[in-house]
Amino acid sequence: MKLSCDEATKICDKNQYGEGSLWEKIKLSIHIFLCKKCGLYSRQNSIMTQCYEKHKIVVNGKKTYLNKEDKAHLNKEVREKIKG
Amino acid sequence: MTEKKNTLSPEKWVDLHADYLFNYTISRINNHDLAKDLIQDTFFAGLKAMNSFQGKASERTWLISILKRKIIDHYRKINSAKGKAEVKMNFYSDGDREGEWIEERVPSDWGNEVEKSIENEELNVVLEKCIGDLPDKYAIVFRMKTIQQFDTEEVCKELDITASNLWVIIHRARTQLRKCMEENWFKN
Repeated sequence: MKLSCDEATKICDKNQYGEGSLWEKIKLSIHIFLCKKCGLYSRQNSIMTQCYEKHKIVVNGKKTYLNKEDKAHLNKEVREKIKG
Repeated sequence: MTEKKNTLSPEKWVDLHADYLFNYTISRINNHDLAKDLIQDTFFAGLKAMNSFQGKASERTWLISILKRKIIDHYRKINSAKGKAEVKMNFYSDGDREGEWIEERVPSDWGNEVEKSIENEELNVVLEKCIGDLPDKYAIVFRMKTIQQFDTEEVCKELDITASNLWVIIHRARTQLRKCMEENWFKN
C-alpha cells in the first residue's frame, strides 16, 4: 500500500498522459497529501506538460526535408544498386 | 471488380518517397545524419526484397514497413550498447532509503514568474537541448510519446517494448528533464 517517492512520481508522470488507473490515482493522492516533495513535483509536472505541448507545436511546424545534395547522393546510390 | 495491383518503381523512390520517409524518421529519431542512413538502408533493403512485394500495399506503405524494421533495429542496438551515458538517478535505488528522493534532486520552488517564462519563445531552445541531453533510447521514447503524442500501444509496437517498460523510461526521462529545466530555465 505504501508508495515510495519513485513509484509515486512514476504514477504522476503516467497521469500526465491520462493513463493512470483509478487505483493508482488514489494511491498517488494519499502520497501527495503526506509528501511535500512529490506534491511539488506533481504541480511542476503539469507545467512541464504545458512546455511539452508548446514544444510540440514548434517541432511539428518545422517541416524537415532532405537538401538537394543529400537527395542527389541518395539517388546516385540507389541507381547504382539497381544496376547491380 | 478487379483489384488494382501496385507495382514498384525503384528508380523513382528517392523523388517520390525520400522526403516522406525522412520526416517519418526525424519525428522519431531527431538526428539528420542517422535519418539519412536509415533511409538509405531502407531503400537498399527494399531493392533486395523486391521479389517479396505482392502488390497489395502501396509502394510507400511497403517502404514504411521496411523503415519501421530499421528503426526497431536501431533502437535495439542503442538499447544494448553498454557504457553509454546513462540517465541521472533521482531516487535511491537501494538501501534503507530506496525509492526516496536523492537530496540534490529534490524539486525546488520555481517562484512566481513561471507562467510568464512559459510564454517565452526561447524556452523551446533550452528544452530541445535538455531533450538532446537524454540518453538516445530515452529521447526516442520520450519524443514519440510526448512530442508526437502516439498511443502507448503504438510506441510499444514500433519499438518492441512493453508498456511497463515504456512508463519506466518516460518516468526517468521526465524527472531528468524537470531537473534540467529547473537548472537552466526556471531558476533564472
